[in-house]
Amino acid sequence: MSGNPVQLFSVFSVFIALLFISGLYCLLVTRNMIRAIIGLELLIKAVSLLMIVAGHVSGKSALTEAFVITIIVVEVVVTAVAGGIALRVFRHNGNLDTGDLTKLRG
Amino acid sequence: MPSLLILIPLLGIILLNLLPSRPMRRIAFWFALVLCLVQIALAINHYPPFWGNELDRIDSFFRVSFSVDHLSFVMLLCIGIVSLASLLIAKHTVFDEKERFKFINLLIIASIGMSGIVTVRDLFSLYIFLEITAIASFILIAFEKSVLALEGSFKYMILSAVATVMMLTSIALLLLVAPDTSFSAVHEAVGHAPDSRMVIIAMGIFGCGILIKGGIVPFHGWLPDAYSAAPSAASVLLAGIVTKAAGIYTLIRILGSVFGYNRTVGAILLALGALSIVAGALAAMGQKDLKRMLAYSSISQVGYIIMGFAIWTPLGIAGAIFHIFNHAIFKSLLFVNAAAVETRMGTNDMDRMGGLAQKMPYTGTTSVIGMLSAGGVPPLGGFWSKLIIIIALWQSGHIAYSSIAAVAGVLTLAYLLIMQRKVFFGKLGEGMQDIREAHTGIVIAAVMLAAITVGVGLLFPAVFHNFAEPVKELLMR
Amino acid sequence: MKINIILLISMTAAAMWTVMGRSLLKATIGLAVTSAVITILMFRLNSPLAAVFELSVCTGLITVVFVSTISLTKPLTHKEIVELSRDRLKRFWFLPVILGIVGAGLIVTITRPGFSVPIHAAAAALKGAREVLWNLRQLDMFAQVIILIAGALGVVILFEEKRRDEW
Repeated sequence: MSGNPVQLFSVFSVFIALLFISGLYCLLVTRNMIRAIIGLELLIKAVSLLMIVAGHVSGKSALTEAFVITIIVVEVVVTAVAGGIALRVFRHNGNLDTGDLTKLRG
Repeated sequence: MPSLLILIPLLGIILLNLLPSRPMRRIAFWFALVLCLVQIALAINHYPPFWGNELDRIDSFFRVSFSVDHLSFVMLLCIGIVSLASLLIAKHTVFDEKERFKFINLLIIASIGMSGIVTVRDLFSLYIFLEITAIASFILIAFEKSVLALEGSFKYMILSAVATVMMLTSIALLLLVAPDTSFSAVHEAVGHAPDSRMVIIAMGIFGCGILIKGGIVPFHGWLPDAYSAAPSAASVLLAGIVTKAAGIYTLIRILGSVFGYNRTVGAILLALGALSIVAGALAAMGQKDLKRMLAYSSISQVGYIIMGFAIWTPLGIAGAIFHIFNHAIFKSLLFVNAAAVETRMGTNDMDRMGGLAQKMPYTGTTSVIGMLSAGGVPPLGGFWSKLIIIIALWQSGHIAYSSIAAVAGVLTLAYLLIMQRKVFFGKLGEGMQDIREAHTGIVIAAVMLAAITVGVGLLFPAVFHNFAEPVKELLMR
Repeated sequence: MKINIILLISMTAAAMWTVMGRSLLKATIGLAVTSAVITILMFRLNSPLAAVFELSVCTGLITVVFVSTISLTKPLTHKEIVELSRDRLKRFWFLPVILGIVGAGLIVTITRPGFSVPIHAAAAALKGAREVLWNLRQLDMFAQVIILIAGALGVVILFEEKRRDEW
């Protein structure tokens, strides 16, 4: 990858920031639990890409690669557990609407 | 060989799950019990061959590097004690033996996670152990699969994952300037470039992530739901140690060893702490559900701890660490009592309770001790740590904050006493004639915790130096 | 560099498709496509191992998890879908607007002269991700094992059918 590292990093950062915003938007605006998990996934992908870019630009690709592998493993587990919880909520409530999850109040 | 703290339980869990199930189910409880007791003993005794800092054979074989300093010792002690209490409660509140087996496994995993958090010296490993603790907590909260529990767990999960993303972003940005993610490397890198906007943003993002994980105002939204919807044994663990290890300890460690303290951050934390104290106390007064009230009370107490170390004076930090310990003890005690009441009454609604002390003498007495300690009444433990924090605030010139802390302390005492009177004293509620005292195991846990808080309070001059030790190390950097 | 920019733009487009997709299945496919583009980007950034992981796990495994969860939760009837999608378009048109504004603002910031990012390159070059994982970050490997065990426990607990209830 020739080219000025700062330039590379900045360009990537712009798009990663856009990815972050998409993920956050999805998380905040949706009322469906599964869409919330999808939004979360987008956020985690954005961070993984950021990590790789940071490593590439500063010469530490091996380190960040190892980090990203670990992050992906953790992400799978969190997604699976979150999906399990969404499933269980569906079985109780009949839908996945977070607007219905208002029993805890006060 | 501190890595054994993590490797032995891991091995234990693997064996517990691989070997034939029926004998293993019975062994699980005793194995976890032994683990907690050993951890407590080692944290108190500082047994040198175990804690020696040179790279011992086992550590170098696995090439893991932990190091413990006095702050870690205090935290390990808290983790051991609260896990023990949670284990005892689990034995009597999770009824099916198969379920209990899974619960105990998760408890051990949560304990591994927290022990890891307090002994690692690297930002990325910190992240991983935070995740271990978080995943174990989500599953523990959702354990009984009631809709309330699932809702609380899901909210916590989403917020915790967002906090994780923030911390990872920060690590990625810091990797641009630091050679790797160990505490010392980052500390040095930050020291070289203190004014760089990117570094400051990275530190700020990391800080926000920690605040979310620790349930500190204004990011505390998930906390009351999670604490009250979780099964009793999980609530004990959560309130007693998880948010403190994940949030407060991490914050102290980051301020002390990684990012370094500066006055702006201190001022922000001071304001947030005061906000937590007041908001938590006010919200707690309006609650009908016992566990929810205790959850808001926790938010309030954590505010004290934050104010204590936000000023970064020796007395302040010592008071904060001492309050971490005291809060772990008395908050766990109160949740143990809530568990006792819940098992016997089947509900947490305080309006339906009354006069329980006649039927549940041990629970009533220990609950009085817990309340008084939380309210800061001498000669119990809670009084000393709150007093130290208030004095430290006064001494460093923050008169206004000091008064807020003192007044809020009185408020806390007031609502706790009102609640105490409502639930345990007064007229016996209807339909409660058959209530008996809680199971022996729960009573043992309650009595043990009450004894600790009384003991620490009475023996204050003797034990305080243990909590003041970490101060020197933190301030030296 | 130009290829990177094309890839980045397609990644953002896929992300927008994910967020604004009408049905959950479309959103999941959008997520898979985003993952695939990120895989290519990672490969170009000198991280082949991470790229492979991202491909097999995120594009593959997680999509399977999502699709199975979605299919286990009853889909809405067609009328409800049409209603919801009209509503959704009204709510979600914000996103391209926000992305456009923020994107423009950021591009202006980075093309300003004097914009710099402090970067300190590593002194010693590390050999490869495999060495790093097994020699340097062994603790993380243990932690991954613990997380996988916790995840397995969680899945067992949560996905368990309570047959006694259904009687």
